[in-house]
Amino acid sequence: MRRRGFLVSFALLVASAAAAKVRVIWGGMPWTGSVSPPPEPVIADGWKFFTADEAALTEAIADRLIPADDLSIGGKEAGCAVFIDAQLAGAYGKGTYLYLEGPLKQGLPQAGPQFKEGPAARWRKGLASFDRAAKAQVSGKRFVDLSPDAQDAMIRQWEAGTLPMSDVDAKQFFSLVLWNVREGFFSDPIYGGNKDMAGWKMVGFPGALYDFRDYVDKPGQTLDIKPVSFVRKQT
Amino acid sequence: MAHKRPKADAVIVGLGWAGSLMANELTEAGLSVVAIERGSWRDTSTDFPTTIDTDELRFARRRELLQPLSVETMTFRNRPDQEALPLRDLNTYQFGWGVGGAGTHWNGMTWRFLPTDFATYSNTVQRYGKGKFVDGLQVQDWGVTYDELEPFYDKFERIAGTSGKAGNIRGQKIDGGNVFEGPRSRDYPLPPLARTQAALLFDQATRDLGYHPFAVPAGNTSGAYTNTLGVKMAPCTYCGYCEFFGCGNWSKSSPQACVLPALMARKNFGVIPDSEVLRVNLTPDKTMATGVTFIDNDGQEWEQPADIVVLSAYQFDNVRLMLLSGVGKPYNRDTGEGVVGRNYAYQTISGASIWLKDQHLNPFIGAGALAQAIDDFNGDNFDHSNYDFIGGGVALIHSTNGRPIGMSSGVPKGTPAWGSEWKQAYRKAYQNFNSIYVMGNSYPHRDVFLDLDPTYRDRHGQPLLRVTFDWNENDKRSGKFMADKSEEIARAMNAETIERAEPTSSPFTPMTNLSSHTTGGACMGADPRTSAVNKYLQSWDVPNTFVCGASAFANNGGYNPTGTVAALTLHAAQAIRDQYLKAPGALVRV
Repeated sequence: MRRRGFLVSFALLVASAAAAKVRVIWGGMPWTGSVSPPPEPVIADGWKFFTADEAALTEAIADRLIPADDLSIGGKEAGCAVFIDAQLAGAYGKGTYLYLEGPLKQGLPQAGPQFKEGPAARWRKGLASFDRAAKAQVSGKRFVDLSPDAQDAMIRQWEAGTLPMSDVDAKQFFSLVLWNVREGFFSDPIYGGNKDMAGWKMVGFPGALYDFRDYVDKPGQTLDIKPVSFVRKQT
Repeated sequence: MAHKRPKADAVIVGLGWAGSLMANELTEAGLSVVAIERGSWRDTSTDFPTTIDTDELRFARRRELLQPLSVETMTFRNRPDQEALPLRDLNTYQFGWGVGGAGTHWNGMTWRFLPTDFATYSNTVQRYGKGKFVDGLQVQDWGVTYDELEPFYDKFERIAGTSGKAGNIRGQKIDGGNVFEGPRSRDYPLPPLARTQAALLFDQATRDLGYHPFAVPAGNTSGAYTNTLGVKMAPCTYCGYCEFFGCGNWSKSSPQACVLPALMARKNFGVIPDSEVLRVNLTPDKTMATGVTFIDNDGQEWEQPADIVVLSAYQFDNVRLMLLSGVGKPYNRDTGEGVVGRNYAYQTISGASIWLKDQHLNPFIGAGALAQAIDDFNGDNFDHSNYDFIGGGVALIHSTNGRPIGMSSGVPKGTPAWGSEWKQAYRKAYQNFNSIYVMGNSYPHRDVFLDLDPTYRDRHGQPLLRVTFDWNENDKRSGKFMADKSEEIARAMNAETIERAEPTSSPFTPMTNLSSHTTGGACMGADPRTSAVNKYLQSWDVPNTFVCGASAFANNGGYNPTGTVAALTLHAAQAIRDQYLKAPGALVRV
């Protein structure tokens, strides 16, 4: 191979790059590129994506998926809807991470759900469909006005795919909602849910800690580590 | 019309483990090297410091460090007669994204493949006869042996700071290490990580069963370490944030923590981030590469001329770039001819979910490769005379990812997925749930391959890669066998509830997170009719193009692939330095 003087050649590379705007990183580890921003705290000061009706329905659903009982506060009080609202208003909701190109075809289930819309649009469509399905039931009541037992019965139908829902794959929508509610209950409180680390306390997860060397010689023991969050507000 | 950049001696496509190891070797040899990376520059202190790293939502659920599917996805089908559809939602395949590649977000299990994994064909024929292969299986030797790779496995372990205990040093078996491993020249640079309760219970149970448990070799540092490139690593803190996460503590083997500080200090190296290589450019007769064409973040096309082209993208992308560029002949399933896209393999996953009784497993304490394993049923470590399959897998218990969203489905079957009953079950399961997890051998099959999708395209308008895969009969039989073994171990651990996991019993879907370990498609070998690259990862057809990665595996071992990716790359780099630079051209003649 012909060996060129690479110092010369790299000077050329860099000069040419500067003129034509290709960024070449070289000459040591740079403090450059995109520094990851810290998470933005979510403040509950009005709905960012949901309408008032959508928010009330989401809170009611969250409160049945994660009901208040001896183990924890419920999904509504924990802020699951606040969390989901902020998620859907952002990049997650738009589906910027997902493959949304056409053509849209339904087919082999092994290739997973086929959609051209992000989670926000699917939530909007799904909640509307769920609301219609509730009103179409015998009682004619909206979901938020049903008794907890009746709400549970309807959610069981939804989960099983037997609830007649127009325009929506009921099971896929249920899975999206269930996972988003769980995320709201167990994500760092900085994202708007998991109030006072209620979800973490329920299972005994110590939160945003990153050093357990003090405990590696205590396998199998009860540790009772007080959880901490990014918010660093212990209760 | 593409802008043209000055010529480099070598251009590296993708700066993950393979790319950074190759770049390190080539710059050390004095070549001017430029790497082109589709994602951004990433470093420990700027991109995943401990202050923001412990965030399950951001990194594990939203996969912020991984390549978005909007950049590229694959289409998938089980069989050639089906229409493939794009994988639109998060799935089991996990591309790296940015400098460091998948080496930034991996777990760190740093295995050597078994000596027989490299010679599955000849070993099987010699020991059991040709009749052992099920119909359609395309088993072939790699063209390289374990003994040839041993010095390069060793070299990588010294760069990566691997923690473990040898089980076989120059043929001498050592209790507590993996006694089934190929002979090593010496022990690991660091001792094994501390053991968790799960690891201790597994160790006792498998020992009682007469097996040979050992600590999985870990790219998580059990102590402070200065590697052979002079780069310092800090002791692992057992935070458990490895898979999908960068390590904020310089404790996980990664290009950032192990290679880049040395590589970036070289004046003859540069990296162009946020730029995607569209194709390798070839001479009109397609016998030599002239460089690559890439597109930057502003949508401008560039030509990067180079004397040597190294493809070191993710396994799928190496194959896709070869198909898009015309490097090598595409595999034709109907005629059996062609090699690019051939010998795709996955990982045969099986196991058992277990719920122990009244334990405090403290699952939040862990590390990506903190696991206890047995290799008694991996590869050809046991006599297959009375079985109707080849291979097997490693069975292990893993202490990592003990995070509350991800574990929330870890409740026994029959438990509701929501409501108070789920809450009670989950609270109990959080301290008692784990799995026996088997990573099995996977062998290529005639009907399993990669090609370009006729319909779906990426953001630049180029065809997506199409994956045609389902478990073959050998996978199903070995998966069943290993699920049986997993249940046996689970019973010996006195689990209260055991659920057999045998995904090979139904059609494969990437929507279930089983494993991201995809291999082959540009496989190595001694015969150009059945392999895309030779033993030095050099394209048979375009000899100044080297294709580094798991794409070169002729079959998958019952292990994570990274150790073998690194050893093959370092082995290739040595050949380029010692032989190719002196006499450019084919390094193997047939």
